[in-house]
Amino acid sequence: MKEYTFSGRTWVITGKNNEIIPDIDTDQIFHNAYLHITEIEKMGQYTFDNLEGWKDFSTKAKPGDIMIAGSNFGSGSSRQQAVDCFRALGVKVIIAVSFGAIYKRNAINSGFPILMFADAERIISEKKIKNLDKVKIDLSTGKLTKVESGETFSLMPFSKVQKDIYDSGSLLNI
Amino acid sequence: MNHTVIEKIFRRHSKEDIKPGSIVWISLDVVSARDFGGPNVVKNYRKTYKDSRVFDQEKVFFTFDLTVPPKTIQYANNQQVCREFAREQGIKVFDVDQGIGTHTFMEEGFSLPGTIVVGTDSHMNILGAVNCFGQGMGDVDIAFGFRFGRTWFEVPETVKVIVKGNPRSDFSAKDLTLKILGVLKTDKLLGKAVEFYGEAVESLDLSGRITMLSMITEMGGISGFIPFNLGTREEIKKLNGLDDIPEEVRADENATYSEIIEIDISDIEALAAEPPYPHNVKKLSQIGKVKVDFGFIGSCTNGRIEDIEIAWNILKGRHIAPGVRLAVVPATRKVYAEAMERGMLQDLFKAGAIISNPGCGGCAQGHIGMTGKGEVMISTGNRNFPGKQGDGKNYLASPEIVAHSVLNGYLSGELN
Ligand code: SF4
Repeated sequence: MKEYTFSGRTWVITGKNNEIIPDIDTDQIFHNAYLHITEIEKMGQYTFDNLEGWKDFSTKAKPGDIMIAGSNFGSGSSRQQAVDCFRALGVKVIIAVSFGAIYKRNAINSGFPILMFADAERIISEKKIKNLDKVKIDLSTGKLTKVESGETFSLMPFSKVQKDIYDSGSLLNI
Repeated sequence: MNHTVIEKIFRRHSKEDIKPGSIVWISLDVVSARDFGGPNVVKNYRKTYKDSRVFDQEKVFFTFDLTVPPKTIQYANNQQVCREFAREQGIKVFDVDQGIGTHTFMEEGFSLPGTIVVGTDSHMNILGAVNCFGQGMGDVDIAFGFRFGRTWFEVPETVKVIVKGNPRSDFSAKDLTLKILGVLKTDKLLGKAVEFYGEAVESLDLSGRITMLSMITEMGGISGFIPFNLGTREEIKKLNGLDDIPEEVRADENATYSEIIEIDISDIEALAAEPPYPHNVKKLSQIGKVKVDFGFIGSCTNGRIEDIEIAWNILKGRHIAPGVRLAVVPATRKVYAEAMERGMLQDLFKAGAIISNPGCGGCAQGHIGMTGKGEVMISTGNRNFPGKQGDGKNYLASPEIVAHSVLNGYLSGELN
């Protein structure tokens, strides 16, 4: 059985004014200068190294972390590295207001858990969830819980295909 | 029947019930990988499927269009990984001399009306120009597609966009595209298909349709379609040399759309997308006099012969401003040949242009034309995200505007 609950520290990808950044594209996540890299282990170090304010993310992220991003996260190219670089860093779940269509497929197909959180913009701007908060997330129900306060938030749970692929580890094992 | 274009294309490729939101398995007509993504497709494939054959040797391709020829040893090795796999499997490689993969598919007749073509290129949806559903995918997806010729897909909702306002002759397909992008931004079409109606879009020729539909990606959409006009089928046949092609898939009269959006373009004028986002669309007259260092004409969005011809008509017999550089990159070998035979390349060369072999040109540091910090680029491409074409600032506009800008030395829609 695959793991369905995770707890970890959060990274909320915000910009100036503490607002969650929309439209982060794959060149900001994993720049095209490194596209020749095909080994996952080598990808982590370049994560966000073209995203203003987050260039040192790879040195700050720790295995088990949970990330929260804005709308249209991962728009742009079809590069799988933009998903795999987070896997390399040990990031466990990516939550976003919405995802770029290809990014969404790439994450689902490689068995990487992503969840949509329509309300994230408001929750973040009201500072209900901040960087390095400890949270618990249940992939099957889409429930996000703040460990300290017990406050909960509803995210969109896994779809059937997403669950099937996640259970087998990858589209390739289906 | 009340289906949209994409739903009807899906219905031809699936036994399941096709309705927006449902996840269905569809068969694929062509599955391809480029030189980026390709090596990982091969890696995934070998690891999972060992020596098993691809689902159909005639329907699986590699298209090398990003670093052509490879400029580093790593890229050369990556391409060689794909070539060796292709030889073992007996599949065709459109190699580094061919140009942009999606355009090659249109020229070779591999993307026909009503078909589904996928590849590791986020601008596969260009193929909507020939009424084909093109979808970009990552390397896990494509490895699976190579092996089985099918994939899962969440049937997208379709948005109907009606473009209103008299089409004038003095704006380009790129201005129209940017105008629409500026209105729809990245959220209106996110994850959706789109159908465009209205005289201004329906009267576009094939190259204009390519420009328009390539930028569905920048609108966050899945794929776009425009009903063929009387000349579109002939243009497609002329391009791919086939005697006959399948009928176009049209939406049912009472198809269900998730939203109907009307866009009035009657105030359209010369436009450009200001960095750092393609949807940051402004009128040139609002942007003011920005000095340019580098012009780029090409890409999957504006690399057809018609685009080069427009630039040629403006640039021939003139010379670009001192200190400014201009790169011209035809989309494919076929486009290059025509530009050469018609004397365009010679005139562009004399005007001061750097002309390169066909390919993706300025994208992804693959081929030609990065900018340094502080530089300004004016490009016919589709993306101006930070770092996409270098450290400089990148404005996106039509071939007309790029040509005028490099002649004047600053952003401009007409000759000074
Ligand atoms: S020209 Fe650029 S955007 Fe178009 S297919 Fe090539 S790399 Fe992608």
